Amino acid sequence: MIQVEHLTKKFAETVAVRDISFAVEKGRIWGFLGPNGAGKTTTMRVLTGYLPPNEGRALIDGIDVASDPRAVQRRVGYLPEVVPVYGELTVKEYLRFVAELNGLERRKIAPAVERAVERTNLQPVYGRLARNISRGFRQRLGIAQAVIHEPHVLILDEPTIGLDPAQIVEIREMIRSFRGSATVILSSHILAEITQVCDGAVIIKEGRLMATLTREEWGKSLEIVAAAPLAGELAAALAQAFPALAEARCDGASLKLEFLRPPGDLNPILSWLLGRDVRIREIKAGLEALYMKAVLAEEGRAS
Amino acid sequence: MRSAWTIAKKELKAYLYSPVAYVLAAFFLLVSGFFFYNILAWANEQTVRMLQQGYPAEYLDVNQMLFQPFFGNVAIVLIFLLPLLTMRLFADEKKTRTEELLLTSPVRLGAIIAGKYLAALIVYAGILLLTATYSLFAFAYGNPDPAPLLTAYLGLFLLGASFIAVGLLASALTENQVIAAGVSFSAILLIWVLSWVGEGGPGAWRSVLAYLSFFSHFKNMAGGVIDTQDVIYFLTFSFLGLYLTRAVFEFRKWR
Repeated sequence: MIQVEHLTKKFAETVAVRDISFAVEKGRIWGFLGPNGAGKTTTMRVLTGYLPPNEGRALIDGIDVASDPRAVQRRVGYLPEVVPVYGELTVKEYLRFVAELNGLERRKIAPAVERAVERTNLQPVYGRLARNISRGFRQRLGIAQAVIHEPHVLILDEPTIGLDPAQIVEIREMIRSFRGSATVILSSHILAEITQVCDGAVIIKEGRLMATLTREEWGKSLEIVAAAPLAGELAAALAQAFPALAEARCDGASLKLEFLRPPGDLNPILSWLLGRDVRIREIKAGLEALYMKAVLAEEGRAS
Repeated sequence: MRSAWTIAKKELKAYLYSPVAYVLAAFFLLVSGFFFYNILAWANEQTVRMLQQGYPAEYLDVNQMLFQPFFGNVAIVLIFLLPLLTMRLFADEKKTRTEELLLTSPVRLGAIIAGKYLAALIVYAGILLLTATYSLFAFAYGNPDPAPLLTAYLGLFLLGASFIAVGLLASALTENQVIAAGVSFSAILLIWVLSWVGEGGPGAWRSVLAYLSFFSHFKNMAGGVIDTQDVIYFLTFSFLGLYLTRAVFEFRKWR
């Protein structure tokens, strides 16, 4: 369980995070979205006890990070933005070191290392020097060190950055496998990643909370729900009339739309539909649409 | 305690898996060996001359003629050497961003600092031990008094412990190893010569600076005289260095 309450973090000249609140329930995976410099890394650093907050609180399993950092750090596995690897150690030595750092009992170290290696498929590089392993293995090693003490909470700062598509898929699978056993928060720029992996997302920009979204809210794409069942031909006609649509299909009373790019303005589509006597009951935006809306929103309109 | 040892083990691996410790040990042995040879040659010459002039042999003191000047020179070599040993301790962690791993692990800051200090101290003790081979020659061909020799080694060890504490502090201040080495070298050298600076000043000023100087405390021990005051000075100095290192980290959090 992760709780952030009115968190503010200031640096000498700037306010990196201001008055952010959100909560992630136990066993859920949440995404942390926002443009570069939005304060994602800073928030994560506060959650791990690396930086103290100026105002507000961050709690892990109900424990305040500021008042008992070590109790929190024992419960948290953290993958920083730059994977913290000691190049002069082998993968095995490195993982043993991290296990010891986390205070694992001597007899539990070898099994813990073995389990982490299996979980992240590090067997091919087990005996190699950490400085000589490829980017993909390095990232997996970063995850292995984060999970070695079986933490309740995993904090992953851009876990798939710099990886090739196949590796990204692999890392996502790995993260998904933690659902239920750990509470996970991961930051990313990639909306598709959040949609595929996460149960919810927190969107921040310039240190401010712009939106808190759940999987149910964003769905997969934009969905327009009418008050009455729609005719099947409507979708094809709509797709023809609006080149911005990649796909449109009718499913009973709802019209599911896939846009080529985030729609800035839905009015033309809505008036087209209204012109055909479609009584619109509800519009469900996909994560991308919601994200753009949140990030492009005027500051005054931010929720 | 266990976590400090975990950190120390990792640091020892970093020293021993890289060429650093070996190169520094070789450099140290080369330079100190050169000094030992020169001082030995000078001591031999003096001995021969004094015996020819009819000095009684028991007036000739191997410790005073050979070891005291030798240890004085070794101390100077250490001013150059130890900053090179300590410069990577925290600067490298910052550069490679591994510092974040340490500082977000459930290990106390004090244990991290203690572990790194301990590792550098062990490597230093190892290097120091290698110079003991020179003393073996002296024991093989003469009969020096072992007690002052051990005192001098204790002095060297304590002096080095203080230098390492300064180096650790300098390394915590920057992510650039060259800057860390430069800062610790200058700081150690300045503290070393404080007693000279004080010589021209008024009485009270002079004694304060002389007290603060490494040199005034080391010269007694190099000569085989053990004084608790000197031991306390070195221990206090080392502790202060570690304490300030801790303060640097506490301060940086809030910056």
